[in-house]
Amino acid sequence: MHLLKLESVSRDFDVSRPWLNRVIERQPRRLLRAVDHVSFALSKGETLALVGESGCGKSTVARLIARLYAPTEGVIEFRGRRLQMIFQDPYASLNPRWRVRRIIAEPIQILKTKDRVAELLTQVGLSPDDAERYPHEFSGGQRQRISIARALAGEPDLLICDEPTSALDVSVQAQILNLMAELQERLGLTYLFISHNLAVVSLVADRVGVMYLGRIVELASASELFARPRHPYTRMLLDAVPDLGMSGKPRTPVAGEVPNPLAPPAGCPFHPRCPHANPRCQAEVPRFTDGVACHAVEEGRI
Amino acid sequence: MILEVEELTVQFPTRRGTLTAVDSISFSIAPGEVLGVVGESGAGKSMTGLAVIGLLEPPGRIAAGEVRLEGRRIDHLPHEALRRIRGRQIGVIFQDPLTSLNPLYTIGQQLEETILTHLPLGRTAARARALSLLREVGIPAPEARYRNYPHHFSGGMRQRVVIALALAAEPRLLIADEPTTALDVSIQAQIIALLKRLAAERGAAVMLITHDMGVIAETAQRVAVMYAGRIVEVGPVRDVIHAPQHPYTVGLMGSIPRIGSQKNRLVQIDGAMPRLNAIPPGCAFNPRCPRRFERCLAERPELLAAGASRAACWLHAPA
Amino acid sequence: MHGARISLGVGLASVAFALLLGVSLGLISGYLGGRLDALIMRIADVQLSFPAILIALLIDGVARVALPTERHDDIAIPVLVLAIGLAGWVHYARTVRGSTMVEKEKEYVQAARVIGRRPLAIMIAHVLPNVMGPVLVIATIHIATAIITEATLSFLGVGVPPTRPSLGTLIRVGNEFLYSGEWWITVFPGAALVILVLSVNLLGDWLRDALNPRLR
Repeated sequence: MHLLKLESVSRDFDVSRPWLNRVIERQPRRLLRAVDHVSFALSKGETLALVGESGCGKSTVARLIARLYAPTEGVIEFRGRRLQMIFQDPYASLNPRWRVRRIIAEPIQILKTKDRVAELLTQVGLSPDDAERYPHEFSGGQRQRISIARALAGEPDLLICDEPTSALDVSVQAQILNLMAELQERLGLTYLFISHNLAVVSLVADRVGVMYLGRIVELASASELFARPRHPYTRMLLDAVPDLGMSGKPRTPVAGEVPNPLAPPAGCPFHPRCPHANPRCQAEVPRFTDGVACHAVEEGRI
Repeated sequence: MILEVEELTVQFPTRRGTLTAVDSISFSIAPGEVLGVVGESGAGKSMTGLAVIGLLEPPGRIAAGEVRLEGRRIDHLPHEALRRIRGRQIGVIFQDPLTSLNPLYTIGQQLEETILTHLPLGRTAARARALSLLREVGIPAPEARYRNYPHHFSGGMRQRVVIALALAAEPRLLIADEPTTALDVSIQAQIIALLKRLAAERGAAVMLITHDMGVIAETAQRVAVMYAGRIVEVGPVRDVIHAPQHPYTVGLMGSIPRIGSQKNRLVQIDGAMPRLNAIPPGCAFNPRCPRRFERCLAERPELLAAGASRAACWLHAPA
Repeated sequence: MHGARISLGVGLASVAFALLLGVSLGLISGYLGGRLDALIMRIADVQLSFPAILIALLIDGVARVALPTERHDDIAIPVLVLAIGLAGWVHYARTVRGSTMVEKEKEYVQAARVIGRRPLAIMIAHVLPNVMGPVLVIATIHIATAIITEATLSFLGVGVPPTRPSLGTLIRVGNEFLYSGEWWITVFPGAALVILVLSVNLLGDWLRDALNPRLR
């Protein structure tokens, strides 16, 4: 049984000019399709990562699941009892006027709050005394630990992590990622991990979904995706990751930039940048079959 | 050598005492070479860059040391002289392309202004040069985009314009402070390749400041690792990455996730970089170092020979 | 001293009223947005096109017509508070609305929504403490303005009843004696007014800094 299931979920945002301006300037309404028919399922204990560059819709998907937005189309089914979220910015995700104790205890309304808060703080590697302090007294990495403690307070079944380490230094990131892995093992957590960093994703994820302009273009197990990427965009992304190993292998230069999401290309949204595009790609949107949405793959061309 | 920095120290006097952001560092960059300066937040790498260009905000100041550009000292020059050098001989690329360009002027105007300020060219020649620069940095159809404003460009394109601006007066030294951090990974790759090519073609020296070791691996020939205001290791990129000699560098390399790595836990350095007002005596890294011994707590190590690199660590003291 | 007490009392009361009304409307407007926001802001815009004194005079005039003459003196002070308060809520509303719209997008508010707290709880417990800073500053300046407005109204004769004079009334009464040698009847209440207003402003600055946890 799946813990979370998304079926053909889409979300539009109205980015039209204000009503008065539109009437005077005779402009039509403009809708931004941030998420376009996204479907996937998540099982208990698993870590599913959504990767993509800015504007691909991965953060919007996270917020849709967290019920911060409602889907314009499609169904989101959550079979667990509670879900929680960790955010990217360690400086904006904690209320600067609240003490740590109150921040962490917010999801819970049970009697033994003080003990539970102390327990959670220890679990995330901080001291119970930190409960009385204010967020600005902590570093970025420590604040993320507080966010994690808050998220765990409600004993969630699903934890949505929106770029939890992107704003942190690399050594602090290592601490937080190790902590999250340890907590997952110990508490049997399920993670939906949003990131633009493929290397981090290769470390934490069991399965990976690659997003481009609101669509999932490839969905596979982590080992499969990194060893045998199928979609041309996935290949391009992997090629673009700087090669720390310095193996000196030749890399295909990356072409073009992400198009304006308000005016996406017809057919497959990736076709202007794709080295394998043919006339069918320019006209027809590829269906998502067998884990990938690509005509070239479907036709056996690559 | 185009840039020589000797025993540079940057300090901030505050009410509670003097803070030392950069503590007696020395390095040099040859023509055509890219030196990576890598470190985490608070390590002092941006401060170093600002000190070299002379853009330190008071009360921060260069308290000791020398900065020499092509043999001539520049750290003690008055504002006006430094300003002229800044545009002409030193080009700067900052992290955020959105704020590096003036939103009220077209990119053509901004390019022309820089060119006319520093080179003895007429208007027409300046415009021609601006267009050729835009072409070089890969802006398609530069004539058409000449009259566009910065907000008409995407992030990657804007950064290319910033690079064009930095190169406009044919500088000898290019300082890039986190030039790709605000960009998507696919654009990052393009910008890195561009920087590398342009620097090599012009024989300019590049100081590439970043926290991203991957970018350094792709772009630089040598790298200096900074920690708490000091250089703890410096050497050829290949050696520092594959055979780090300083325990901090070892920890840093181990904590970087890599695709294809078999391990599922990262190396973790416990604790955090000390704040400027709480730097421990002796080696600044000693509280977090798994290999520390007595000498580390007492004496601050100099950069000692360690294989092909140099590391500020007593483990490499000659026997 | 009695006059000063009444001036201060009216000033504080009307500011408290304006603050409550303005902050509440600003929070609701900024957090909920949509048509409600548009409505509240249009009312605010309309009201801003009238000078505060005129609005206060209008409300006072309406009250006088609506209520029987014997009650005038009793009602005078509450009506005055209402008038000055209603004239002044807009500044709070606008500032709070702007700050609310900024804070609303911050992740700690989104975290509270994910946790499942109700909008009202989020507005009061999370957003309000973070938008109150500028409100205190406005309030102290407003107390000063309110005291002066009350003084003006009383000077014009439409404020507090003569049975319970405020500083404004005293200034007015003293004005008539200004040229007959007893200048101090006007000048002393005037000086008292200035000192009162200045103290209130300084208190407000101190209060705002004292309540900022970051400066502790």
